[in-house]
Amino acid sequence: MDYKLVGKDFTPPDVVAKVTGRAKYTEDFRAEGMLFLKLFLSPLPHARVTRIDASDALKMKGVVAVMTADDLPKIDPPDNTMLTNEPVYFGQPILAVAATDEDTATNAVEMIKVDLQPLPFVMDPLESLYPGGPDAQSNGNVSSDTVKLQTVKWKAQDFAAAREGQLPMGTASEEWSYGDLEAGFAAAKVVLDEVFVTASYSHMSQETRSAMAYWQNGKCYVHGSCQSLTNAVPGLARYIGIDPSQLVFIAEYCGGGFGSKGSAYPTMALPAHMSKKTGRPVMWRASRAEEYYVGSGRAGYQGRVKIGFRADGRITALDLYIVQDCGATTGYTDYQAAGACVSILYQPLAMRWRGIPVLTSTPSKGAQRGPGQNQMAPAIEPIIDKAARQLGLDRVAIRRINAPDSSGKVFDMRQKKLEPLTSAFQKEALDKGATLFNWEEKKKMSGQRKGSKVIGVGVGQCYHGGGSSGFDGLVRITPDGKLHIHNGVGNLGTYSYAGTARVAAEVLNYRWDHCVIEFGNTGRHLPWNLGQYGSLTAYTESRTNFVAATDAKTKLLEIAAGQLGGTPDDYSLADERVVSKSDPSNPSKSLTYAKAAEIAIGLGGKYSGKELPNDINPITRRAAGALAGTGLIGVSKDNIKRTASVPSLVAVFAQIELDLETGKLRILDLAAVADCGTVLHPQSFHHQMNGGAVWGIGMATLERWVYDPEIGRPANRSFHTQKPPGWMDVSVDMKVDAVHAADPQNPVGVRGMGEPIMGGTASAILCAISDALGGHLFLRHPVLPDMILNAAAGKAQAHKPLAVNTQ
Amino acid sequence: MITDMMTPFELYQPSRVDDALALLNRYDKDAWKLAGGNDSFDWFKDRIKRPRAVIDLNGIAELKGVRETADGIEIGALTTLAEIARNPLVRQKYGLLADAARKVGSPQIRNSGTLGGNVAQDTRCWYYRDGLPCHRAGGNTCYASRPTSMNREHAIFGANRCMAVNASDTAPALVALEAKMVIRNPQGERVVEAKDFFIGPSVDITRMTILTPKDLLSAIRIPSKFANAQFYFEKVSDREAFDFALVNVASATIVKGGVIEQSSIACGGVESVPRHLKVVEDVARGERQNDATAKLVGQAAVRGAAPLNYNQFKIVLMQNLVARAIRGA
Repeated sequence: MDYKLVGKDFTPPDVVAKVTGRAKYTEDFRAEGMLFLKLFLSPLPHARVTRIDASDALKMKGVVAVMTADDLPKIDPPDNTMLTNEPVYFGQPILAVAATDEDTATNAVEMIKVDLQPLPFVMDPLESLYPGGPDAQSNGNVSSDTVKLQTVKWKAQDFAAAREGQLPMGTASEEWSYGDLEAGFAAAKVVLDEVFVTASYSHMSQETRSAMAYWQNGKCYVHGSCQSLTNAVPGLARYIGIDPSQLVFIAEYCGGGFGSKGSAYPTMALPAHMSKKTGRPVMWRASRAEEYYVGSGRAGYQGRVKIGFRADGRITALDLYIVQDCGATTGYTDYQAAGACVSILYQPLAMRWRGIPVLTSTPSKGAQRGPGQNQMAPAIEPIIDKAARQLGLDRVAIRRINAPDSSGKVFDMRQKKLEPLTSAFQKEALDKGATLFNWEEKKKMSGQRKGSKVIGVGVGQCYHGGGSSGFDGLVRITPDGKLHIHNGVGNLGTYSYAGTARVAAEVLNYRWDHCVIEFGNTGRHLPWNLGQYGSLTAYTESRTNFVAATDAKTKLLEIAAGQLGGTPDDYSLADERVVSKSDPSNPSKSLTYAKAAEIAIGLGGKYSGKELPNDINPITRRAAGALAGTGLIGVSKDNIKRTASVPSLVAVFAQIELDLETGKLRILDLAAVADCGTVLHPQSFHHQMNGGAVWGIGMATLERWVYDPEIGRPANRSFHTQKPPGWMDVSVDMKVDAVHAADPQNPVGVRGMGEPIMGGTASAILCAISDALGGHLFLRHPVLPDMILNAAAGKAQAHKPLAVNTQ
Repeated sequence: MITDMMTPFELYQPSRVDDALALLNRYDKDAWKLAGGNDSFDWFKDRIKRPRAVIDLNGIAELKGVRETADGIEIGALTTLAEIARNPLVRQKYGLLADAARKVGSPQIRNSGTLGGNVAQDTRCWYYRDGLPCHRAGGNTCYASRPTSMNREHAIFGANRCMAVNASDTAPALVALEAKMVIRNPQGERVVEAKDFFIGPSVDITRMTILTPKDLLSAIRIPSKFANAQFYFEKVSDREAFDFALVNVASATIVKGGVIEQSSIACGGVESVPRHLKVVEDVARGERQNDATAKLVGQAAVRGAAPLNYNQFKIVLMQNLVARAIRGA
């Protein structure tokens, strides 16, 4: 399809502000009389607050107020709290102080005496599942979004039945299956049964959590560091205890969220509560270490997978069990996504998935870039390589034979069944990637040794959902002829809010410099959109912008017909005019958009937004209602048919050099091909592919939480101890491409692409490490220099096979 | 539990060494000497160290720069690591130190970090840096040596109620180059060998160097003994930048006709001091510079190592690095 804007590079409107420093992030805002808020964090991993004495602090000059959990709406465990009287992890906020400056607030926090009664705590899910094991919450140890808080203890026999290093498998809290698993294993030529461990770790957003709030004319104004915008409004309003219509939410820029700021988070509401208590604006900004505690983390797994392979590599049966480390609160559904990821990547002929989400005394786990899929694929892909070796198959070929095409399926946890795909071209992604990387030649270098250095090559894949539907679009043509594209999705930094806006301009045949994107502030009247997460924006909001623009187009044609005679079908759009199809160059048979907007205002009704569709969300209704009478309003719910699940897939190839004397890895080559439909914005696509690959390198080789299990404290609460990769760790000229096959269920053919590149890269790197070591499986990630050294020297690893939150 | 918010202190910014010494004399234990700040600000922001007076040494010109002397060079303690890494004099004759300086932290850290600060920095044991009341912090336990401790980065030598290691990259290089540390205090000046400058917990568990509160490290002198020798510096850390060494090695070797006439070698990240490997020097002396000798000295280097639960790999790593140093690659 030949587009004027879609698939072309452009400069998103916020880029200049960012590179010149003009962009204002949450902590850059100030308001008259503003107070600063500081937190008192729990010094214990689990305790009960028995007494708080803030009298000395309140006597200090400049201290205005102290707030505790008792001042706030009650949040039932295991949901994450704003403040708490029962901290369930080291660093959880217990109380907040507001003072005229941050130094005073900090000094005041130190003056407050908090008596704590220590309670049992636990760092390892399996320890909590053992009979009599400690629980992270005083009333339970198992919970997730879909599993009610409960206490689960497996039987000692479950543990005894697992041999040393094998995952015990007691009763799962959820499971699904399809096909005949036993028959599948019986028909297999090779059956592998392996355990694996994946690490929990922080998001490491450059901008720490921050929020500033004040109340004015019955409304609460909140500046918050957030990936999303209108989607965050209901949740934030709930934390504050107000109706969404009373909230003005401003989040124009976000210095990284990676899932941790996908929606409203509890601490974002603290300044609003403190502002209400004090009657003054309140600012809170987390320090780097505080971000580590009140931020979020990826959920780690302890898992076991049994896979049966036919002689040609086809997977006949796959049995997956995941014990998830949820952190101390509700956690996230990574463990469920792991099952879906495996089901689509390998299309097993029969499959069973079981999972149990277990609470540990560590910070809340939330969505982190490809939550579930991105840690799953790198755990299982090296095991696929083991089968390829045993079967004498090429490693691309064994993936290709199992890879989904458009007839493929993915298991949908909510619907409890295999769902069809809108389209999938993973075989093409593997083929194209193999060519881009020159796999046939490169694989000959596998195991080549030069001094202490050995070459490894690997291929990896990953999946994430790539689109949703059912949200609202809102555009407005003003009498000056400009198109205002109201985008409520948020701006986490991928520029997809702008890329998707161009779909509206494309539909209306607009010049891009005549378009204005309205974003970043509900005061700009933004529609109900999906949150900006989950690789979903490109697909989902290209649809909302398409339907809103299509509604505007219909109205333009109707107005022209009404003014100039004939029917709407007699007219079309060209050069920001409505023109007669039969006589397009006749000025008397045409209307400028500017004129049409004027007429729309005069006509009122649906044309000017006075009448609105019934099926739009109340947030969109309020936004469109506020704009009514200011131009021609295009507004619609995305009712475009979607009959299948939208996949985003990737194939990644890596060549590495491993120094067996130092355990150090150097990436020599990296190539990736995404199966993501039409590429909406090539520059954004490239920076997502590159950035996601950096994340993958971090996941594969560096990042993890380390906790001392005896004192329950983290060893890493800073950039230099958490160790996200630096550019010297990732300095490789990565080759990037896409399959470029348009998706049939998106009006411009796009699917999302931001997440799976991370898991695909981690998979490729880990497979390459394993390849360099002659097929050695670490069965955990990250793989650090000490692990490589131990493996190369034939020594035992320091960690126990199933240990988590460990070194 | 409060981070990223310093407690207030009196800030002094003297422009002469004598003024700095007078301030140290006045405030004694309550004074904090500030060089590049990369170590200091961590302590301050975590509110674990709360000095009454901070003596910022950055304005003292006489503490900066590289000068040629009758027997080698003298480097002002406040000379930045970036300057040392690119200084022609250092690179030409004492490339070992330039290589080590270039491996510290990141460009930002090397631009602000100084040679004096790098060698005088405190240990990075995470338990200690977290403010826990361990032996080094004046308490009565070592959190890093319990059966469940997370001690991958800790010591394999010289434990004595403390398992912390010296984190400096330049310190082993200075030990290998047999550098002399020039120390001034209100009483005068003294010069000590680099290997005696660093002290372990058996000498004083609360300090990493012999510097007392009134002492100021003013300069580092590198004798010409190893000028233009065969140098080897290697640092292995998890990340290529902005990371501390798991183990590093610095060596200066004089080879004549393929035979090792003399070598001087030290390792960091394995003990609370840069570990001067005299045993390696003895084993290597008079041997041919080849793989067999490298293997031999590697084995010699790690004799007596006593690993903890998570740091056994350091034995292999140190053995390999020492072998590489003697092999020359």
